[in-house]
Amino acid sequence: MEFYHLTFFHHALEAGLLVSIACAVIGTYVVVNRIVFITGGIAHAAYGGIGLGVFFGINPVLGAVIFSLLAAFGMGTVSYKTKQRIDTLIGVMWAVGMAIGIIFADLSHGYTAGLMSYLFGSILTISRTDLFLMILLDILIVCVTVLYYAQWLSISFDPEFAEIIGLPVKRFYLLLLSLIALTVVIVMRMVGIVMVIALLTIPPAIANRFATTLKGIMIIACFLGIMFTLIGMFISFYLNLTSGAMIILVAGIAYFLSLWIRVPKKQRAA
Amino acid sequence: MMTSETPVIRLEHVTAQYEGHTALKDISLVVYQGDFLGIIGPNGGGKTTLLKLILGLVRPVSGRVEVLGEPPEKTRHRIGYVPQVADFDRDFPIQVEDVVRSGCLKFRRYGRREWETCGKNVPRIMRQLGVWELRTRQVGRLSGGERQRVLLARALVVKPEVLLLDEPTASVDSHLRLTIYDLLSQLNENLTICLVSHDIGVISTYVKKVACLNQELFYHGEKEITEEILLKTYQCPVDLIAHGVPHRVLKSHG
Repeated sequence: MEFYHLTFFHHALEAGLLVSIACAVIGTYVVVNRIVFITGGIAHAAYGGIGLGVFFGINPVLGAVIFSLLAAFGMGTVSYKTKQRIDTLIGVMWAVGMAIGIIFADLSHGYTAGLMSYLFGSILTISRTDLFLMILLDILIVCVTVLYYAQWLSISFDPEFAEIIGLPVKRFYLLLLSLIALTVVIVMRMVGIVMVIALLTIPPAIANRFATTLKGIMIIACFLGIMFTLIGMFISFYLNLTSGAMIILVAGIAYFLSLWIRVPKKQRAA
Repeated sequence: MMTSETPVIRLEHVTAQYEGHTALKDISLVVYQGDFLGIIGPNGGGKTTLLKLILGLVRPVSGRVEVLGEPPEKTRHRIGYVPQVADFDRDFPIQVEDVVRSGCLKFRRYGRREWETCGKNVPRIMRQLGVWELRTRQVGRLSGGERQRVLLARALVVKPEVLLLDEPTASVDSHLRLTIYDLLSQLNENLTICLVSHDIGVISTYVKKVACLNQELFYHGEKEITEEILLKTYQCPVDLIAHGVPHRVLKSHG
């Protein structure tokens, strides 16, 4: 029980809480808009930025932010225009982003060990700066969501109708993808690029079975996210296993269990 | 509303593509204020593309589209649109009242007063369409007919000058179809209505005019069409007669 008093553990707990808020809100939009694959593409493209950051000696997180934002805009613009065969393009950007990251990491001699932490997360190295960034992101996400809740809801439900009544659908879509990009970079510190997608989608996916409103899903997803990160962290500390992977494993088990629960889906107002 | 001579929708020699195929060829069509037009034709005959042209969501390859005297992109917010109910995410977390209220978002940019007035009208319109009792239900759990009325309510809170409906009774039981048509014909007292259907059965006695569409416009005019005209217009009516009850559309002639 000695680690209760350690700074890293406090940081990890706070990070779990902050990340759960961002994931619940953004993940809900990802799930209801069915853009899980684009989100995965943005996440993996971010790795290219990390490799470049390491190579050029700038902060890898900054590199990841720039790269994932570029990927978000690229995929967003193309997918908004065509709507067809976009999955191929996303798959290509996904892999090319990773490849760029790996090649540039190879070229920057010797530092490759640290890069593993971006792929699989390292909750123990979360710093005060990281926490500060997480708080900023949470504030940004919550503000954008609360202020434009009705617009988000309408656009997610029926983008065509939203366009007809004059809502700036494309701008909202690109804004959402940008917020996804930022969320991905922040969550990456927790569970790693490879598993970000799970923390974004599993809590809202479970919540969607119990709530009938966007708000309801976000709130339930937030509690689920906190639960998963806490349980995952405790297990990983006791058994000395990778914490990011353990969090995702807990979430995944909960997801499959939730599929068994039969929800009486009547007129429940959440 | 009496049909007047004011044109509301005007298409002149319009050719349009949809997803790479020519969907409409040289269409000329005028809809006047107060019209209740039923556009019939087979699936893939370009009916949805025609509605999207009017909404400015699809641009013509050639020809001209004018709605309320202006290019359609500028007037789409003055049109009420009821999309086809078929493609829907049944798990989408939205309640009936939120769907209807989303129509009011249109008024956000006009200022607070318009927006609040629209909000106040929501319960009245929902009661009129009999969906007020369903207001906290999840839209994905409604029946086809209920959902259709919810989407109609959403289109009406926009305070449209023209109402466009894409297959309004496709997923509705036959006895409910009449209710929906009753409703539409009441609305037609103040509204120009244009609806699209692949099934002749739905072009009932309520529609004032008929247009027959299969890539080309085969007939457009009063619904007192004779069987000869139907047969002359070839492809389109062949499909119609095969599908439904010709006597409904030919009512005046029987």
